[in-house]
Amino acid sequence: MTVSQHQHKVSSDCAALKLRAVGLTYRSAQKETRALDGFSLEVACGEPIAIIGPSGCGKTSLLNLIAGLRAPTTGEVIVRGQTVTKPRQQTSLILQDYGLLPWKTVLDNAALGLVVQKVSRSAARAQAQEALRTVGIEDFAAAYPGELSGGMRQRLALARAMALQTDLMLMDEPLSALDALTREELQNVLLDLWQNAAYAQVLVTHSVEEAVLLGKRIVLMTPRPGKVRAIIDNPAMGSRAYRQSATFHQQCTLLRQLLLESASDTDAPDDKAEESVQK
Amino acid sequence: MKARLQKILGYVIATVAVLLVWAALSLLIGNPALPLPTVALLQLYHKLPDMLPHLAVSLWRVLLAMSIGTLCGSIAGLIIGRTGRLDLIAAPLLYVLYPIPKIVFVPVLLVLLGLGSAPAIVLIATVIFFQTLVTARDAAKSLSPDLVLSVRSLGASRIDIARHVVVPATLPNIFTALRISTGTAIAVLFITESIAGNTGIGFYVVNAWGRIDYPTMFAGIIAMAMMGVALYEVINFVERRLVRWKD
Repeated sequence: MTVSQHQHKVSSDCAALKLRAVGLTYRSAQKETRALDGFSLEVACGEPIAIIGPSGCGKTSLLNLIAGLRAPTTGEVIVRGQTVTKPRQQTSLILQDYGLLPWKTVLDNAALGLVVQKVSRSAARAQAQEALRTVGIEDFAAAYPGELSGGMRQRLALARAMALQTDLMLMDEPLSALDALTREELQNVLLDLWQNAAYAQVLVTHSVEEAVLLGKRIVLMTPRPGKVRAIIDNPAMGSRAYRQSATFHQQCTLLRQLLLESASDTDAPDDKAEESVQK
Repeated sequence: MKARLQKILGYVIATVAVLLVWAALSLLIGNPALPLPTVALLQLYHKLPDMLPHLAVSLWRVLLAMSIGTLCGSIAGLIIGRTGRLDLIAAPLLYVLYPIPKIVFVPVLLVLLGLGSAPAIVLIATVIFFQTLVTARDAAKSLSPDLVLSVRSLGASRIDIARHVVVPATLPNIFTALRISTGTAIAVLFITESIAGNTGIGFYVVNAWGRIDYPTMFAGIIAMAMMGVALYEVINFVERRLVRWKD
């Protein structure tokens, strides 16, 4: 791995996240589905990781496991040295629909994590207001999420995480519902936030450019049951200007190629049979 | 302010329309059983002092009963809707009990609870209970799982989820159920009051009918309609306070 100027952010002797041979099997009455199988990965403190892979490769399940919303069938999930058994205060999960509550104002949405953790109402609001300022929507504190644009809702979801002083940011295709321009704008916001707050990040995305822009390492997953197929080092990431560089485009091409290869590998006719084991 | 004026104007237009149709029908039929609205309104003016205590009793009964029924129905519905295993048992039970017209229990209630306010209150509360229960349960079941997951990831307990997600999400549905059941509540009130006891607006109307005093009877009916409007407005008022985000 080449040493980049942002290397100092990533501390190798501090692990934000360790996944040890994590497996997850869903059981229903008719069949069992193996979502993940022997997934291992280590993310250093402050390191931004992007995960990319075919649809239904268990990326969402993976985030749910890390967030402590689900227990793995096999293996172990360790965040900051502690085995995850339930949701953890400083782990933030942002889902595709942002998980905002339409009946709470922007400010109360941003403060929700703190309120749930029994922080006093005034302190929670002050912290939330600060977080809104960080993401640039402090003028909309009294509005309801329904009155916000898609990009602003995304910012609000980020503010809710920032208010909790997150050290592990989990994101499930957070920008996929946005138009191209807003998406680029929000990618820059994510980049800035990560640089200022220095949280470790696991970003699940379908977009090759997004993965290369926002991942210091890019994890390519296999189809279900998901495991690590390849890890691409992307040390030059870390600034907005990277988008225009030749390295950026080379990395995108490389990643696209790997994705295509893995797709052609799995076009086998017995694809479905592999995914689910009939009982 | 403008919205309020529009609302008042709406009520005025609706009232005039109803009175006009009523007058036309009355003239067409030409039977004392359907007096002119002017006659009924005049009678209302004269009889209001007699009527007021009956109206007050009825309003108290229906308000108390609707509050109890809604509160119990919503809480039970939300718990059943959010607890899969409980729902397995409760749902079939609910579908067996829900279609039974609760009014058939009037004789039983009269025997058990006497002739006072209790039978009317219990009966109305039961009707409202089932209607809000079914609505609250369905609304709680259809809650977006992603929304619940997001809030759980913040470290929310079951109680937090109920308070911040389930209750506010289902509140609009519960108010709709409440509005729909207001009509049923007044109908049930009328029936119980007319069958037994000597208080309440239902008794007042049926008593006038027994004396073949049609103008008084219709005066009572107008008073009952006004009580219905008052109930709707109380519900709207509470909803506006509790569901601000829907405006």
